[in-house]
Amino acid sequence: MRTRRRLTLRDRMVVTLMIGVPLVFVILLVWLPALSSVALSFSRWEGFGGLGSIDWIGFENYKNIATIYPPFWPAIWHNLIWVGFLFLIPTPLGMFLAVLLDKEIRGSRLYQTAFYLPVILSLALTGFIWQLIYSRDQGLLNALLGTQVDWYGDPNVNLWSVLVATAWKHTGYIMLIYLAGLKAVDPGLREAARVDGASEPRTFFSIVFPVLRPINLIVLVITIIESLRAFDIVWIVNKGRNGLEVIAALVAQNIIGEASRIGFGSALATIMLLISSVYVVVHLRATTRGDDR
Amino acid sequence: MKPSRWPRVVLHVFLTVMAVGWLVPLLWGLFNSLRDYDYTGTHGYFSFGGFTFQNYVDAWQRAEFGEKFLNSVYITVPAVILTLFLASCAAFVLARFSFRLNLTLLGVFVAANLLPPQALLIPVYRAFRAVSVPTWINDNGTLLDSYLGLVLINTAFQLGFCTLVLSNYMKTIPHELYESAEVDGAGVSRQFFTLTLPLVRPALAALTTLQVTWIYNEFFWATVLLSDGDKFPITSSLNNLRGEFFTDYNLLSAGSIIVALPTLLVFFILQRQFVSGLTLGSTKG
Repeated sequence: MRTRRRLTLRDRMVVTLMIGVPLVFVILLVWLPALSSVALSFSRWEGFGGLGSIDWIGFENYKNIATIYPPFWPAIWHNLIWVGFLFLIPTPLGMFLAVLLDKEIRGSRLYQTAFYLPVILSLALTGFIWQLIYSRDQGLLNALLGTQVDWYGDPNVNLWSVLVATAWKHTGYIMLIYLAGLKAVDPGLREAARVDGASEPRTFFSIVFPVLRPINLIVLVITIIESLRAFDIVWIVNKGRNGLEVIAALVAQNIIGEASRIGFGSALATIMLLISSVYVVVHLRATTRGDDR
Repeated sequence: MKPSRWPRVVLHVFLTVMAVGWLVPLLWGLFNSLRDYDYTGTHGYFSFGGFTFQNYVDAWQRAEFGEKFLNSVYITVPAVILTLFLASCAAFVLARFSFRLNLTLLGVFVAANLLPPQALLIPVYRAFRAVSVPTWINDNGTLLDSYLGLVLINTAFQLGFCTLVLSNYMKTIPHELYESAEVDGAGVSRQFFTLTLPLVRPALAALTTLQVTWIYNEFFWATVLLSDGDKFPITSSLNNLRGEFFTDYNLLSAGSIIVALPTLLVFFILQRQFVSGLTLGSTKG
């Protein structure tokens, strides 16, 4: 039982301020805008005039998005490919590297540094750095392969090029998270499995992996979040057009520039919010579980 | 039972190949940033020679990195300080007292950190344009296109993560410490400043490293909320080095290295803090 008694009036005010000010920040700058996006998604508004000039049009924006907005389905598809790719390649690779580096081997820290160096670079900068590899005329990749592909420009391949660059960053991040998780696994568990004669892969999959459940959940959520938020790198390459349509970029395209279509953009934003609400719930359950006192 | 030698060798070969492969993009950029464009133009990129430092000088001038770096400082430093202070306050209340709404409040903070920023763009943009601020804060009189606006939005977004990490950390402080402080007549604010804050210094150090990196790297809000190119932070100003029809990749590499340099420095000096910061959020305190 924690104290609730004996708080003086002054202490009460201090406590209220300490929790109140940060709360106001988050509510005013995150939650209120999120709700406004949902509300505006049912409107048509060019952004001129006051709030009185808003037309409320029900689900029309959603209908239009699904039927007569060509980039929408490709964008959904690209975001799905994005999350699928991150789950299939960099996530297992990061986990695998963590398992290898968790053993006591010489130079482990050196290897770790190489793998998580990209984690500290912004995704925008990652896009620039990989340009040197992907450029059609001067890139490393074409020079090595003897090809003439515009890796960032050709709509048939550019999504994959961007994904490889993203994976370069994602793998190190996943590795770090699993390394921390593996350190927390009770060594006795592994010892017991070894005494019982279990092979190393078997020990990992049937003993260690289940113990890492909370970490797995976090990795799941992080990977989905990163995929849904994917923006910086496609914006750097071509502002999310021509093979690189993703939802986040579509939202931005509808607001920035001459023709700002606020209701329409908000409907796209609301779709993003809906998708994210699923992983937000999963994440909250994983991080706050067991905290109910 | 001693493991045989061969698997070890295979392991090291594999890890070395992977690690070198991982560094190639950066090393390739570094290598070419130090070479003359005309030289690589005539001899191709698979050549050796034409070394110069001129790309760095040109990139620095062309992209106005001096001013842009200061812009990054104006945004990052206040945002990190404000985030950590507010998060410490909120975490302290959540960890120290038990209200019925504790978990809900924590959820309100953490979930805010997870929402896609793009989904909030329209209302935030509109609200910033409508809010008037004195001209000494921003010469066009609104929050839009101002450093303050970016500080506020970055703070709001990072609060959730920091609050979660700090409150987990603060929960490990034994309650008896607070009780004896109370006996000594210390009020809540004194307990916070003289007892809690000094004890969570390791977590604050880790979070500072992480937040400096993240806010310095922040690209989305800076791109959409700033329209005045003079105010762009350094991360968003790399585009200035890219021509419309023709790009000098050696120059661009030099620019990329310059932009990466502060984060690389933070990383190499404060590696331990950086790593523990990243992992604090994923494992419980």
